Parts: sequence; structure tokens; C-alpha cells
Amino acid sequence: MNLSGANIDFTLLLPEISLAICGFAILLLGVTKRGKDFGFGLGLFGLIAALAFTVQQWGTLETGFFGMVTKDGFSSLYNIIFLLAGIISLLIAQTYLRAKKIDKPEYYALVLFSILGMMVMASSYDLIIIFIGLEIMSIPLYVLAGFHRFNPKSNEAGIKYFIIGAFASGFLLYGIALVYGAGATTDLRLIAANYHSMAQQAPLLLYAGVALILIGFGFKVGAVPFHMWAPDVYQGAPTPVTAFFSVGPKAAGFAALMRILDFGFDSMDEIQSVLWILAVLTMAVGNILALFQDNIKRMLAYSSIAHAGYILVALTVGGEGAVASGLYYLLGYTFFNLGAFAILTILDTRDGTDSRFSELTGMASRHPFLATLLAIFMFSLAGFPPTAGFFGKLYIFSGAVEGGFIWLAIIGVMTSFVSVYYYLRVVVACFFTKADHPFQQVAMNPYLALALIITAVGALGLGLFPSSWIDLSRQAFASFL
Amino acid sequence: MNTVLPLIVLFPLVGFLINFLLAGKLSRKLVGIIGSGTVLISFLLSIKAFLDLTALPADARIISDTLYNWMAVEGFSVDVSFLLDPLSAIMILVVTGVGFLIHVYSIGYMAHDEGVGRFFAYLNLFMFSMLTLVLASNFLLMFVGWEGVGLCSYLLIGFWFERDSATEAGKKAFVVNRIGDFGFLLGMFIIFWNVGSLDFQTVTALAPSAFAIGGTVITAATLLLFLGATGKSAQIPLYVWLPDAMEGPTPVSALIHAATMVTAGVYMLARSSALFVMAPTTMMVVAVIGAATALFAATIALFQNDIKRVLAYSTVSQLGYMFMACGVAAFGAGVFHLMTHAFFKALLFLGAGSVIHGMSDEQDMRKMGGLKKYMPVTFITMLIATLAISGLPGISGFFSKDEILWQAFSSDLGHPALWFIGMITALLTTFYMFRLIFMTFFGKERMDEKTKSHLHESPKVMTIPLIVLAILSIAGGWIGIPKLFFGATNFFEHWLEPVFAPAQRILHSSEAHHAASTEWGLMAITVTLSLGAFALALRFYLKKPETVTRLRESFPGVHRLLYGKYFIDEIYDRLIIRPLHFFSIFLWKIVDVLLIDGLINGGAFLVGGVSRVMRYAQSGRLTSYVTVFTVGVALITGVMLLLGYSIGN
Amino acid sequence: MDYFFVALFVGMAFALVGGGLAISYLVAPNRPNKVKSQPYECGEHTVGPSWVHFNVGYYLFALLFLVFDVEAAFLYPWALVFREFGLIALFEVGIFIVILLFALVYAWKKGVLEWV
Repeated sequence: MNLSGANIDFTLLLPEISLAICGFAILLLGVTKRGKDFGFGLGLFGLIAALAFTVQQWGTLETGFFGMVTKDGFSSLYNIIFLLAGIISLLIAQTYLRAKKIDKPEYYALVLFSILGMMVMASSYDLIIIFIGLEIMSIPLYVLAGFHRFNPKSNEAGIKYFIIGAFASGFLLYGIALVYGAGATTDLRLIAANYHSMAQQAPLLLYAGVALILIGFGFKVGAVPFHMWAPDVYQGAPTPVTAFFSVGPKAAGFAALMRILDFGFDSMDEIQSVLWILAVLTMAVGNILALFQDNIKRMLAYSSIAHAGYILVALTVGGEGAVASGLYYLLGYTFFNLGAFAILTILDTRDGTDSRFSELTGMASRHPFLATLLAIFMFSLAGFPPTAGFFGKLYIFSGAVEGGFIWLAIIGVMTSFVSVYYYLRVVVACFFTKADHPFQQVAMNPYLALALIITAVGALGLGLFPSSWIDLSRQAFASFL
Repeated sequence: MNTVLPLIVLFPLVGFLINFLLAGKLSRKLVGIIGSGTVLISFLLSIKAFLDLTALPADARIISDTLYNWMAVEGFSVDVSFLLDPLSAIMILVVTGVGFLIHVYSIGYMAHDEGVGRFFAYLNLFMFSMLTLVLASNFLLMFVGWEGVGLCSYLLIGFWFERDSATEAGKKAFVVNRIGDFGFLLGMFIIFWNVGSLDFQTVTALAPSAFAIGGTVITAATLLLFLGATGKSAQIPLYVWLPDAMEGPTPVSALIHAATMVTAGVYMLARSSALFVMAPTTMMVVAVIGAATALFAATIALFQNDIKRVLAYSTVSQLGYMFMACGVAAFGAGVFHLMTHAFFKALLFLGAGSVIHGMSDEQDMRKMGGLKKYMPVTFITMLIATLAISGLPGISGFFSKDEILWQAFSSDLGHPALWFIGMITALLTTFYMFRLIFMTFFGKERMDEKTKSHLHESPKVMTIPLIVLAILSIAGGWIGIPKLFFGATNFFEHWLEPVFAPAQRILHSSEAHHAASTEWGLMAITVTLSLGAFALALRFYLKKPETVTRLRESFPGVHRLLYGKYFIDEIYDRLIIRPLHFFSIFLWKIVDVLLIDGLINGGAFLVGGVSRVMRYAQSGRLTSYVTVFTVGVALITGVMLLLGYSIGN
Repeated sequence: MDYFFVALFVGMAFALVGGGLAISYLVAPNRPNKVKSQPYECGEHTVGPSWVHFNVGYYLFALLFLVFDVEAAFLYPWALVFREFGLIALFEVGIFIVILLFALVYAWKKGVLEWV
């Protein structure tokens, strides 16, 4: 083997390494008597260090470890999304975990490991590494979903997610195997270069392989018909975990899908028709089923399915503009969806709550700021100007029209107008419903406030000044062309 | 940022922030002063901007101000930028001027309300959005304002959310408006796709080369935009939300649902006149829908007993007039009527508010009567507004209405039938407006003793805006006196000429040469018949009230149909809302739960004992998930295999 | 024509499976009794419910065993290429083993190795 191409440069992995070190430190300190309280601090430190290293890596394009690791603008942007999601969900987690008496250091370690997996997924051109990243991400997530050990619903969520997750991973791995069978490589760069000869020699292997890969990641992003786990798992998992779920794994799934479909199999045009159907199904089913839910977490679960559908639209259209729009949307979605969940988490720290719509009544008069923030996040989810949600949708759908997918855009716009109804229900419950009993006070603390500030600034900032963020996503996408 | 335009928009936002963030911490008085003061500043700045504009030569009357580049993606660049031209100049004057008066009035009207801080905050937020809408230099920014005013309208309709009907009405307004917004957004996409820009000036300049006149694309785009306009401006088929919107406080009805927001659709049409004239089909649709709405809503207004509902249907009807004007390419006349309507309809609503205020929140006209003695100022100002809307020669409504009727008759796109419908509507308008006046201010005092003892004229803070609006309702039309009268050019149309010049160029319209005698003749017909309608109202509602009952008994069906508002709400409910609700429940309950579970259980039934094991393991749902998953896998893999197979061969 | 055969095969597959099930459903006598419905345990009488819980300790031990089992398997290919890669390979496998040791320490301190 030729070692000169090895380029074993550990600085390339500094973000991942800092996460791993902090994760292990939390675990090992956690078993000592005094070290239990370091979980939150160390976790936050690890994430911020990783974020700093990632930002520092911005703009570089380096490949190392025998071509297995690639750090480019694309991976950097995704890593920033993962780390932001991690930081925000960590900020809101501690209060909740303490209130529910499940504040164990393992929680923070698991979040860190899971993000590590996501970062690995986003930082490679090799299907095997992407798969390993996926598993590193998923296994901690299974545990996190069931983290509320003495709550049957949380247990149910963990088990369900695990079983279907394992099922999906199987398909993914099988798909990778088939692709390997077709081209004797798992390196997406080689696949992209030799695509046509591969398609000629073994079309069936190749197409079946791509289909199975698509299914594997379709599960992670919550695309219909691989979505059915989402409502149960979202509802059952502890709320900060749900917050993390709704963004992290979804973004990671899209990172992998974008690299695979828009780089590796860019020449496979037929995949568009399959993606088209998936996108339409996902938008329609997500939005329609969200309409009449009583539980906000469940509603947000269906809503997150719908949002995956919008990003699938970007993926269907393909090409630089469309994929950049998907990236921009994900970035915005990270902020406003996490913001919504942050408020939900804050509400759920109170005793005897179950995230029902009726629990929101009277919130506006008791906590006007919190209610206003919730309204902003809801409007952003619904795609109202001038929020990030509006620009994201505008960008995606105008991209679809430009790419000739007019019907896709029309269906998308229609379903997103349907969605307004259920997001509005939250606002109505907060502001416009008579409270039959006084709203139970919630306790704020600086961490929660910080999480809310980050998400609100992100949701509005991305909408008021979208230019530079759009540029950023375009650069990110351009980096792997 | 080198003009006052951003400041005009900004001040109401400042007012909103102060009132919203400091809600409950400021005294009632201060809240009102901040709320109205910021709008007053905007109004003064608008006057300055207007004067700046008049200082420019007529064909160069454009002031634009770019704040920053909002988004720039390859080939897609949108600025946050404001545009002042003769059209938007008139709009900001109307919006801030009438808006300021209504703010002042609200200080009195909302004096006893708990949420006065919230009220002024929303009202200011509305002004901010409306000014953004009006001053926007491109479709996207306009859409931002468009959504903003919709949101504020929703917030304000549901302001008294202790009433369920208010919440419901707010929701209805919101949902209906989303249908319109859908049209706006798609229309915008199509325009951008073909022109490559969303900037009004660029679109206007490039439209003739980007679209074929009468082509499918431009027809689709303009029809979609018009769908947006029907939502916001309450035209058939999306008018249903406006009458319900009267659940909001009366100043809101005056500001948002009469004077400003609902005219946004007309403004948008005028703004994109160069696009609309390229699609004759759309123009015809606009004119027909406008005329139909005008007539339709006027007939409903005939027998409503709630004073605000009469005015609401009247607003729908008058908006129909404006659209009819736009549909015959008389955009100037439409905007002129928009302006005069803003004056007299705001006045009517505020007057109605004053009546309701004096009557201890009673809105049913059957329980009023004889109020002129108690509320002289309200009575006289409302009478002036009624005369204006009925088109008494010499005051504002006459000139604008007459202009529209004449254009409907004489314009190249017009038709005598349109004129006829407009004329009938005018008669009906006179009838129902005088019915309102007679039932409210004349005749027997039908209120109970308790209400009667509280009857009083409203405080000065409310009556002064009424008086100012009354003066505007009389004189506001004088700037647009047709050439016919004094031979002088119609100043108003002349002022707007540069804005609509591109549209006129596309139409190649020659000055229609109809004899002046025709115009005089038509005018005479309208005025005479209106007088007849007045006499009829006088007879029915003042002289011989029993005739009404007799008529009602002779034609019970007609009355029920009109009183029941043609049962449109019920029809919509049956045809659209319930099926959608049903569909959603169907998907959820039947497909998700029953069908899929049923499939499993049905399959399990076939396979006998397996079902028992499944239930024992309590994993019925999970297995059904996995089943759906597997079906998905099979379908996707199958499709891909077929695709791969076809590639291989 | 190609698709016709595909459809034919699909149809035949469904018919075969569905037909078999249907025939057995229609033809097979269905006379359950208490003894027949019992789970079959090698002809023995069943004692207690069949859904018994196993001590979770078994799984934990199995997991720990598996981790180091796989580690051992992983070391063989590593040993094969060790000469080629030199020190860096030693370093990397060191990280690998240390991480697994962390896991062992963690499990140990958590009391996994003590049989309850």
C-alpha cells in the first residue's frame, strides 16, 4: 500500500477528537463520586471547542486518512448545524432532566457521541465511513430516546426507534453492498467518475443499491413511508431529546443524501422521479396528519416530517441552487424548530404536563415574552415573512419552479399553506383562548434564556439578512463540485 | 438611506415596540399618545415626501431608497427598498392620514378596555406592515407587508378573544386569506421565472418583451395575482371573511377592514397594471368579478340589521366597484375611489362606533332609532358620509363613483352591462345607507330605558376625527373633478398618469370619443334613480315602516335568501371545510390506524394463530410500521429496478 | 412485453401464496382445545408463562464479551499490515484499545461485573 496518500493528519479531526475526549471524560468522571456534576459543563465545553475547531477549518479542503475523511465547506457547514443543535439542546436539557430527576452524566456523553457520528457522516466521501458515522450517531440516539427509564412511553420510544432503526440500517448496508458489487468501490468520487461504465455493466445492482441507500436515509430524515416511527418516538422521548431528534439526525441524513445523490450519483437522473414522489408524499402526509393532533410534540413530529418533505423538494430538483436552498433551509430549521422545542421543554419541566394544546391557554398573559417567542417560531415554521422559514421555502420553491418542477412547487406551496392552520393553533391557544385555570408558572434560568436568544436571533436574522447565509450554503455546496 | 421613506415606515414600528415591550407599564394616556404620535410623525413625513415628489418634473416623479440587499442569489436579487411614485404617495397619505385620525379616535373608543396597550401595539404594527406594503419597490417586499397586514388583521379581529365568535372570525379571515396568498406567491414565482426580476419598475419595463399579449403565461400569472387580491380585498369568492371580521373593535373595522388593508388588492392591481393589461382575459375576469361582487354584496346589505354588517357588506360592494374600474383599465378611477372611499367609509365606521359606544355596545339597528337628538355630531357626520357614498352631486363619492361608471361604459374594455350593474348597485347603496340612517337616527326610540339613560354623545377625542373625516368626505373628491364639469383636466388622473403610462402604451388606447351628452345623460340617470332609492328608503323606514313587513311577507323567499347572505358560509362549510376535515380524519383514522392495522389484523386473521402471538407481544403498531416500511421498500426498489432494467436494455 | 412477464410473475406469486393460505384456511379443520393451544415445549408440560425475564446481567456480560471478542478479531488484520504502516499503526490501535478499556472501566465502576 502506498503510504504517501495516507495523509494521516490528526488536526483534520480536531473537532471530532474534542468531542470524543469530552465524551469519555464525562463517562469516566461520571462513575466517580464527585465527577457526576461535570457532565453538563464538560459537554458544553466539548461542543464549543468542536465548534471553534470547525469554524477554524472553514474554507479548507483537505482529505486525509487514505481518502476516508474529507473536510470541505459542505462538511463544515453541516458540522456547524450539528454542533448548534447540540449546544441548544444541551442548554435546554439540564433544567428538564433535573426536574424529571434523570440528570445523569451519561446523557451529555451520549449527545456528544451522537454528534460525533453525525460529523463523521458529513465528512466523508466513502460509503463505509458514512455508514459507520450513521451507526455512531444512531446507537446513542436509541438510548437517548429511552433515557427516561421509568417512563413507559420513553421506553416504548427507545425500543421502537431501535427496532425500526436497525431495520433501516440493514437496508442501507445492503444497498452499499450492492453498489460495491456494481463498481467494486465504496468511494463516491470513484463512483461519480466511473458512473456510466458502472451503469452499463450492472444497472440492476446499481439501481437497487441506490434505492436501498435512499431508503436507509429516508428513514433517518423521516420521509414517508418511512416516517411512522416519528410521532411515537417524538412523543415518548424526553422533550430535549425530541428537540435534538428533530434536527440532528435529520440534518445528518440529508448531509449523506446530498453527498450521495448530488455528487456520487449525480448522473442518475431517474432517481428524480422517485424523489419527486417521496417529496410529495412526505409533504402531504406530514402536513395533513399534523392538522388534528392534540399533542404538540406529536404535531411537531408530523411537522418535522413535512419539513423533511420541503428539503426533499430541493434534493429532487438537484443542482447547485436547489441543494444550497436545502442547506439554507436546514440551517433556518435548526433555529426555529429547536426554538419551538426549547419553549416546549421549558413548559414540560413543570409537573403533570403532557404537551397538550390545552396546556398553552393563558400563556400569553402569564409569560408574554415566552408566548411571543413561541409565536415567532410558529410563524417561522409556517413560513411567514420575514422569518427564516419564509425565505427557506421561497428559495426552495422558486428553485423548483426554475428547475421546471412546477407541480412540485405548487403542491409544496399548497401543503405549506395547509400547515399554517396547525401552527396557528398553537398561537391561538397561547393568545386567543380563555384559560379555565391559571397558567402554571415556569421557571427561567440563564441557560434557557441563552438557548431562546440564540434560536430567536437565528430565526429572525436568517430571514432579515438571508444574503450572506445563502452565500454560505452555496459555497458549501460548491465545495464538493 | 437618504430619504425620509424608511423613517415613514419605521416610526410605527417604534411605536409598536414601545407599546408591546412595555405593555402594562405605561399609563393608558401615554399608550395612546405614543400610538398616535408615531403615526402622526409618519403622516408629517409623508407630507414632506409628497412635497419632495411634487417638486420633481412630472415624468421623473420617482424617489427610491434602498436600505440593503436582502438576498442575492445568482440571477435572483431582491433589495429591501422603498419606492415613492405618485401612486404610493397618495397611498401613504391616505394610510397615515386616515390612520392617524383613527388612532386618535381609538384613544376615546378603547378608553375603558383592559388591553389598550396591546391594542395600540397591534395597530402600530399594522401601520408598519401597511406602509411596507405600499412603499415596497418589489413584489417580495410587498408580500412581506401583505402577510404582515394579514397577521395584524387576524390579531385585531380576535382582539376580544373572550368571545368565541371573535376567535372564529379571526381564524376564518386567516384561512381565507391564505388561499389568496397562495395565488399571490405563485403569481410572483411565474413573473420572476419569466422576467427574472421582482422589482416593480423592472417588471413594468420588461413585461412587454417577456410576455406575449394575451398569452397563457401572463394570463395565469395575473389571474393568480388577482386571486391574491380577491382574498385580501374580499371579492367573490373569497369575500366571506370580511363581514365576520366585524367582530374586531370598531376602529379596527374602520382602519383595516374599510380604509386601508382591504384596498391592498386594488393597490396591487394598480401597481402591476402593466402586467394586467397584457392579459385581456384577466381584465375581463377582474371587471366581471368586481361588478358581480358590487351587486351581490349590495343586495345582502339591504336587509342586515347589525349596523356594522351593513357597512361591511357595503365595503365589499364598494371594493367591487374599484375592481370593476381596474378591470376596464381605469386604474386611476379605481385608486380615486379607493381614496374617497377611505374617507367616507372610515367615517361611517367611526360613526357607527360612536353610536355603538353611546348605545352601550348595542349593534342591532332594530333597537336604535331617534338618536339624532342625542348624538348630533355623530348624526351630521354620518349623514355627510352617507351622502358621499350615495353619490350626491358635488361631494367626493359622486365624482369617484361617476368616474368609474363612465369608464365602465365608455372604456375600450368596458361594456354597457357593467355600467348597468354599477348603476343598480348605486341605487341599492343609496337605499341601504339611508335605511341605516333612518333606522338609527330617526323614528321611534326603540332602545330600553337603561340604555337610554346612558345615551350620550361621544367625547371630543372621538368626534373631532369624525369632523375631520367629514370635511375630507366632502372635499376629498374635488381634486378629481372630471374634465366634463369645468373643462379643466382631472388633476388626480393627471397626477397618476406617469404610473399608468406603461399600461396605457400597451393598450394603445385612444381617447374614447363619446359625446359629452352621453356622459351627462348617464350621470343624470344615476342621480335620478338614486333619488328614487332615497325616496323609497324614506317611505319604507321613516314614513311607513309597516310596508317593510308587508313586503317581507309577500316575498319570504327573497328576504330569507338576502338575510341569510345567500347561505354562502354554509355552502363553503359543506363543500370545502367539512370534506377537508373529513379527509384529514379519514387519512388519520382510516388509513393510518384502521386500514394499516386492519391490513395487519386482516392478514393475521388469515394466518390464524399468528395474530394472537402478535397481540401477546403487544407490538401491533410497531409491526404495522414495519409493514408500511417494507411496502415502501418494495415499491421504491421495484421502481428503481424497473428503471435500471430499462437502462440496461 | 417484458413488463407483461413481470406482471405475470407477480400475479402468479401472489396467487400461489394467497391460494395456499386460502386453501389451508378453507380445508383445514379448526378444532382448538386447551391442550392444543398450549405452547409446545418438547412434549413437556409447560410450567408458568413462557415469557420469563432473563437476568439483565447475562446481556451485559454478553455485550462486554462481544466487544473484546470483536477487538481480537480486529487485531488479526491489523497484525498483518503492521510492518507496512509502522509506528502510526501502533499508535492507532493503541487509541482503539484504550477506548475499549474506557468502556471496561466504565462498566466495572457501574457494577456490571458484579453478579447480583
